[in-house]
Amino acid sequence: MNIKIENLVNHIYTDTGNSLWAFSPELAVCATILLLLFARLFNVDRKGGIVSPAGLTMIGIVAAIFLSVVTQSQLMSNADGVYSQELFTGLLVFDPFTGFFRLLLLAAVFIVVWLTLLSGIPDREDGPDFYILLMGATLGMMMMASANHMLMLFLAIETTSVPSYVMVGFLKGRKTASEAALKYVVYGGGAAGVMLYGISLLSGMLGTAYFPDMAMQMAKIAADPNLMTGAAITTLTLAVVMILIGLAFKLSIFPFHFWCPDAFEGASAEVAGFLSVASKAAAFALLVRFCLALVGGSSADDPEALQQFNMQIGVALGFVAAITATFGNLSAYSQTNMKRLLAYSTIAHAGYMLMAVSAMMVFLNAPGDASTANANASLAIEGLLYYLVVYVLMNLGAFGIVALIRNEIYSEEIADYAGMSKTSPMLAVGMLICLFSLVGIPPTGGFIGKFVIFAALFDAAQYQPIMYAVFLLGVLNTVFSLFYYLNVLRVMWIVPAQDSVRIAEVPLVSKRGAYVAFLAVCVMVAGTIFIAPVYEAAEHVSVMLFSGIVP
Amino acid sequence: MSDPIYLLSAIIFLPALGAIFLSFFSKEAEEGMRVYTLIVTVVTFVLTLFLLRDFDPAVGEMQMQVNRTWIGAWNINYQLGIDGISMPLVLLTSFISVLAMLASWSIKKQVKGYLILFLLLETGMLGVFMALDFFLFYVFWEVMLLPMYFLIGVWGGPRREYAAIKFFLYTLFGGVLMFIAMLMFYFGSAAGGDASTFDILRLHEIGQGKIAGIEFDGTMQLIAFWLLFVGFAIKVPTIPFHTWLPDAHVEAPTPISMILAGVLLKMGGYGILRIAFPICPEGAQVAAYVLVLIGAGSIIYGAFAAMAQTDFKRLVAYSSVSHMGYVILGIAVWKITDGTTIGKDYWNMGINGAMFQMIGHGVSSAGMFFMVGVIYDRVHHRDLNKFGGLMALMPLYGGLAAGIFFAGLGLPGLCGFPGEVFTVLSAWNFSPLIAIIAAAGVILTAGYILWAIQRVYLGPEYKGPHAEEITPMNGREISVAVTLLVFAIVLGVYPESIFGLMRSSTTLLVDNLSATAQSSVEAVTQLIK
Repeated sequence: MNIKIENLVNHIYTDTGNSLWAFSPELAVCATILLLLFARLFNVDRKGGIVSPAGLTMIGIVAAIFLSVVTQSQLMSNADGVYSQELFTGLLVFDPFTGFFRLLLLAAVFIVVWLTLLSGIPDREDGPDFYILLMGATLGMMMMASANHMLMLFLAIETTSVPSYVMVGFLKGRKTASEAALKYVVYGGGAAGVMLYGISLLSGMLGTAYFPDMAMQMAKIAADPNLMTGAAITTLTLAVVMILIGLAFKLSIFPFHFWCPDAFEGASAEVAGFLSVASKAAAFALLVRFCLALVGGSSADDPEALQQFNMQIGVALGFVAAITATFGNLSAYSQTNMKRLLAYSTIAHAGYMLMAVSAMMVFLNAPGDASTANANASLAIEGLLYYLVVYVLMNLGAFGIVALIRNEIYSEEIADYAGMSKTSPMLAVGMLICLFSLVGIPPTGGFIGKFVIFAALFDAAQYQPIMYAVFLLGVLNTVFSLFYYLNVLRVMWIVPAQDSVRIAEVPLVSKRGAYVAFLAVCVMVAGTIFIAPVYEAAEHVSVMLFSGIVP
Repeated sequence: MSDPIYLLSAIIFLPALGAIFLSFFSKEAEEGMRVYTLIVTVVTFVLTLFLLRDFDPAVGEMQMQVNRTWIGAWNINYQLGIDGISMPLVLLTSFISVLAMLASWSIKKQVKGYLILFLLLETGMLGVFMALDFFLFYVFWEVMLLPMYFLIGVWGGPRREYAAIKFFLYTLFGGVLMFIAMLMFYFGSAAGGDASTFDILRLHEIGQGKIAGIEFDGTMQLIAFWLLFVGFAIKVPTIPFHTWLPDAHVEAPTPISMILAGVLLKMGGYGILRIAFPICPEGAQVAAYVLVLIGAGSIIYGAFAAMAQTDFKRLVAYSSVSHMGYVILGIAVWKITDGTTIGKDYWNMGINGAMFQMIGHGVSSAGMFFMVGVIYDRVHHRDLNKFGGLMALMPLYGGLAAGIFFAGLGLPGLCGFPGEVFTVLSAWNFSPLIAIIAAAGVILTAGYILWAIQRVYLGPEYKGPHAEEITPMNGREISVAVTLLVFAIVLGVYPESIFGLMRSSTTLLVDNLSATAQSSVEAVTQLIK
C-alpha cells in the first residue's frame, strides 16, 4: 500500500514537473500579468515611470514565443517517436497542434499590442488594465488550443470570455461600448450555460470527461443494442449540439452571431480586431479537438452507428457553415459602418473555416481505410490552419487601418473614407490588399486559404455527395462577398473626397505606415512566394494530429 | 540555348517589377513616369521578339518548357511554355501594350496609379498566355481583375463605377466556374496511384485517354466542359454573356479599351483552345452544335446591335461581340459522326481561322477604339448623329480611320479578311446553313461600318459641339494609328506570317482530338463485340 502511494506521489511529482515546463509559455503570460499588476502596485508604470505597460507586455509575449519554440522543438526531438504529451494528468495536451496555435495566438496578440502603441488606445493611464485583460484572454485562448478534458474546455472558454467582455466595454465613456459589452455578456452567459448543461449531460452519459476516452465510451454505447435506445440517441445528440452551441457562440456562427456586429461596433477597432482573429482561432482549435474526441483515435474502429452519427454532425456543420457564410455576406451589403461590415465579414469567414471542420468529419467517418481517411482529414485541417494564418494577417490589417483612420478623421463610417487614395495612399493600398485577400482573389494569401478549404470540401463531396451543395454555396459566396468589399474600395479610390470631412494623412514612411506595410506585404507573400513554408508547417502539424507520424 | 526560364520569367514579370520601381517615382514627374513605363513595355516587346527568335514554328508541341516546384504539397508548379497557339497571342499582347501605352498620354489624373495598374495588367495577360499549370493560369487570370477594375473605375467615363463592378462580377463568376472545373480535373487525375496534377499538358493526355488507367469519363467531361466554356465565354464574350462588354468598353479610357478589345477578349478564345477542348474532347464534341449556334448567334446579334447604336464607342464594342463570334464558330466546327471526324482539314482550317481572327481583331479593334478615342479627346462626345465632315477637317485622321475601319469590316487585303473567310468556309463543311448565316454577318458588318464611316467622316460639315477644338493628330497619335494600319495591311496581304507560326500546333491539336474521338468509339465497338 505504501509503495503504491509512493508511486502515485512520485508520478504526480514528475508529471507536474514535466507539465510545468511544457506549460511554460502560458506561465510566461501569467508572469506578465503579475508583473503588470506589480508595476501598478508600486506606481512605476505611470507617466514618467520607468516601466511602460505596452513594453512589458511585448517582452512577455516575446518570452512566451521563445518558450513555445523551445518546448516545441524539444517535443519534436523526442527520441521515442511520441509527439504528444499530456499535461497535468491529462487535463491538457501538448502536441504540435497546440504549439502551432500558441505561436499563432501569440503572434496575433503581439500585432494587436503593436497596433495599440500606434493608435493610442488605451492611453498610458488605462494601459495596465487593458494589457492585463488582453493577456488574460490570451491565456484562456492558449488553453483552449490545448484542452484535453471537458472541464478545461469550459474553463478555458470562460477564461477567455470574461476579459473579452470587459475589453469590449473598455471605452467607458461611450454608451455604445457599454451597450455592446452588456449584449456580449448576456449572450455569452446564456451560451456558457447551455454549453455547461451539454457538458454535464455528455459526461454523465459517457462516464468520462476526458477527450481520449469519450469516443471509446460512445462506441461501447453504440455497439450495445440495449444501451443504444432512442432516448440515449436523443440525449447524446442534445448534449453534443448544446456543446457545439457554446462553441458556435464563440465562433459567431449563424444563428448564434447576434452579439458580433453590436460588440464589434461598440468596441474599439483594436479590441474588435483581436476578438475577430484570436478568439476565433482558439475556438476553432477547440472545435477540432472536440470533434476529434467524438471520433476517437481511428474512426475505422468505431461501430457503424457512431460513424453515422458523426457523419451527420459533419454534414450538419457543413450546412450551418454554408448558411453562415451566405448570411454574413448578404448582411454585410447594407452596412455603412466599417466595423459592422467587418463584423459580418468575420461571420462569413467563420462559415468558410467551419466548412473545413465539416469536411474533416466527413472524411473521418466515411467508409474506407483509416490511412486514407486520416490523409484526407489532414488536408481539411491544413486548409483551416493556413486560412487562420492568413486570416490573422489580413483581418488585423483591415481593423488596424480602421483604427488608424479613426484617429485621423474621428469616423468609422465608410462614406467618410472618400478620397483616401489621394490623401493617404498607404492606407488605401493596405486596405485594398487586405480586402482583396478577404474576398480571396489571387495573388493574395486569402486565395490560397480558400483554395485549400474548397479543395478539401470538393474531395469530401466524393464521399458524401450532399457536400456538393455546401461546396457550391461556398464558392458562390466568393462572388456574393465581392460587392461589399469592393464598395469600400470604391469609396476609398473612386469617390472624390468631401470637403466636410477631415482628411487622413498618414505618410508612407512612418511608424503607422510600417504597420500597414508589414501586414500588407505578409498577406501578399502568403499568396505568392512564401506559400510553401507556411503550408508545409500547417501540413506537418495536421498530419501529426491525425497519425502521430512525422511526414 | 540558354535556359528558357529566364526569358519567359523576364517577359512575365518585367512589367510587374517595373510597377514596383514606379512606386518610388515622385508624383510630380508625370512625363518621366510615362516615358519610363513606355520603355518598360517596349523592352517587354523586344523580349517577346527574342522569344520569337528562339521559337521553332515547325514543331507542334510545347516549346521552351519551364517547370519548377511552387507549392509542392499540391503538386503545383511554376510551369510555362510556348507553342504555336500562344506565340502569336504573346506577341499581340506585348505589341498592343506598347501602343496602348503610347495612347495613355491622354490620361491626365493620378498618372502614377494608372501606370502601376497598367503594368500589373500586362503581367497578368502575359502570364495567362504562357502558363501551363492550371493553378498558375487561374492565378494570372484572376490577377488581371484588380487592375482592370480600377482602370475602368477610376479613369473611366461617367458610368464607370457601374461598368467596373459589372465587369468584375461577371468575370469573377466565370472564374468561380473555372475553379470548380479545375478541382474536378485535379481530383480526377489522382486515380491509379499517380499524384494529382494541375499540369495542363498531362491533363490533355488524361482527357484524351492517352494514359492507361486514368480517364475523365464522358459525363464529367461534359460538365467540366460547360463550366469552362461559360467561364471563358464570359470573357470572349459571346451571347448571352456579353452584356458587361458594351458597358465596360464605353466607360473605359481609350488605352484600356484597346487592351480590353485587343487582348483580354482573346483570353476566352485561348482558354477554350488550350483548356476546354483538349482536356474535355468528349464534352466538346457533344457541345459543338450548341457552340456553333452560339458563335453564329453572336455574329448576327452583335452586328444588329452595333447597327442600332448611336454611341460611336458602343458600336465598336458590339462589333467586337460580332467578330468574336467568328472565333467561337471557327473553333467549334468539329463535325463528327460515330467518332469519325468528317473533313478534319476543314476543322483545322476553322481553328486556324479562329486564331487568325483573334490576332486580326486584336489589331483592328484596338485601332478602332483608338480612332474613337482620338476624336473623343477633341470634341468630348461620341454621338454618331452629331459627327460628319471630319474627313475635310482632319484628312490624315480620316484616311487612317477609314483604313482601320475597313480592316474591321473584313475587306480583302486587310487583317479582318482571312479570319472571317476561313471560319465561314470551314463552317460550310459543318452545316451550310450556319455558313450562310455567318456569311450574312459579313454583309451586316459592312453595313454598320460603312454607315458609321458615312456618318462620322463623310458629309459636308461638322455640326456637333466643340467644333473649334478639332485639330490635326499629333505625332504620337499618328505613330500609333500608322503602326496599327501597317500591321493590318501586312497581316491582310501576308497572312502566312501568322498562319506559319501556328500551323503545326493547330494541326497537332486537331489530329489529337480526332484520334481521341476515333479511339473512344473503337473502344466501345470492341466492348460490344
